[in-house]
Amino acid sequence: MRPLFSFVAAVLYSTHPGSPLDTFIEFRNVSFAYGERPILKNLNLTVPRGKLVAIMGGSGSGKTTLLRLISGQVRPQSGEVRVNGVDVATLSGRALYEHRRRMGMLFQFGALFTDLSVFENVAFPLREHTRLPESMIRDLVIMKLAAVGLRGTQDLMPGELSGGMARRVALARAIALDPALMLYDEPFTGLDPISLGVIGHLIKKLNDTLGTTALMVTHDVHTSLDIVDYVYFVANGEIIAEGTPEAVRASDSPWVRQFVSGQPDGPVHFAYPAARTLAEDLGFQGESGV
Amino acid sequence: MFETIAAPWRKLGHLTINAIWRLGFAARFFGAILLYSGQSLTRFGLTIREVYFAGVLSLIIITVSGLFVGMVLGLQGYTTLVRFGSADALGAVVALALLRELGPVLAALLFASRAGSAMTAEIGLMKATEQLDAMNVMAVNPIARVVAPRFWAGVLSMPVLAALFNMMGIFGGYLVGVLLIGIDEGTYWSQMQNAVDLYVDVVNGLIKSLVFGAAVTLIAVFEGYDAQPTAAGVSAATTRTVVTSALAVLALDFVLTAFMF
Repeated sequence: MRPLFSFVAAVLYSTHPGSPLDTFIEFRNVSFAYGERPILKNLNLTVPRGKLVAIMGGSGSGKTTLLRLISGQVRPQSGEVRVNGVDVATLSGRALYEHRRRMGMLFQFGALFTDLSVFENVAFPLREHTRLPESMIRDLVIMKLAAVGLRGTQDLMPGELSGGMARRVALARAIALDPALMLYDEPFTGLDPISLGVIGHLIKKLNDTLGTTALMVTHDVHTSLDIVDYVYFVANGEIIAEGTPEAVRASDSPWVRQFVSGQPDGPVHFAYPAARTLAEDLGFQGESGV
Repeated sequence: MFETIAAPWRKLGHLTINAIWRLGFAARFFGAILLYSGQSLTRFGLTIREVYFAGVLSLIIITVSGLFVGMVLGLQGYTTLVRFGSADALGAVVALALLRELGPVLAALLFASRAGSAMTAEIGLMKATEQLDAMNVMAVNPIARVVAPRFWAGVLSMPVLAALFNMMGIFGGYLVGVLLIGIDEGTYWSQMQNAVDLYVDVVNGLIKSLVFGAAVTLIAVFEGYDAQPTAAGVSAATTRTVVTSALAVLALDFVLTAFMF
């Protein structure tokens, strides 16, 4: 049964009529809400094949939801999310799992399996999805670990790794099946400057050498602008600016300026809107002169 | 005015609907475990690994507790029986009490607090650290890969642990009754042999422990899977596992006893 599904999925992936060859991910008028709370509003974006694209925005702006829509963990209330021409919302069961087998995802803090060693973590997707002999699994794991510079750590447990090393092992695990699409969820959070540079370099290198299409959700402006091909800015569930890194650096949009230079006040206000004034809250109301 | 009267009722309604919704979710979750159990059998190593964590690592608490429960039964049983001049029946009393009730029930309660709470905490933390999400995105079903092997490990381990508990308890009764108090050894064992029926006592006790094992493990994996993915959420889920399992075991024990004996 499984080879048949693989075959069908492969056909769908390669020849779907609605997919121009240069577009890999496409959001068409996508709206999404958790219950009553709207997260994404009528959002449109495209990720060209083989490119590294960043989605930037403040915390809680709906960035991670974009990744969950692409991996089919949640479905949009309206609109379409197309990956390689296939509408992800129409996939379920095995077809959805076939779709996920073609992508790798790096989670915010790695999400390594804490009960498995580094070797077994990287071997996990290979053991689950292939019937390769043990010697070949071993070779593949060692090659993937070597690609992230951590060949010597294979016998360690995740608890023995530093944050940056854990992120690199998770990256090796994510690329174990040579995915066509890589998703990065806040890959730079909580890393020291050296680890941050290493992860940034690895993401760029993987994209260049393997030709993988990649979508990165982040709020780290400077590392991201150095490595990505294109940037979308998301705020309140909408794309409010986009462009190449050069265009973003030169942008005169007040919002982009505030985000890129990290100013505390601007179009995004420093103070949370309050129903009462400060004077009222402090009980000065009615006293003259205050 | 209306609001102050309506608020408590509204809250009661909300809690009731929530409780029923959760019960329904647990039932669907149980269905999903059964549906995705194939891998637990075809890759039996996954289940065996969990048998080690749930069963083998519970051996010490189960055997030591069994021994002490048997010794207490020996002491208490003797002081009561001797009043009626039937101290010879001590072997029968110890064995029947353990096989029918104390073995399955106490072993299940200990299992819930030793292995059940560990399962909840482990699955809850896997959820909190996005490990279950990561599995899902890697096209691996976490219910098939993480939950089902743990469930079957619990179901398999529980009867064996209860049997060991019984064995140690009977040995504890022997230590106190025969070696300490001085009841005749032949009487202790032969009275036991006469009084205990293989099907009525031993097999029914094992069925009980099988049911308790399924209930406790289901509660443990469900609470872990359903935990709020925060430190407070996992800790609350672990507490709920122990409390709910204890109540479920005692209530099920009443129902099963009513049907069996």
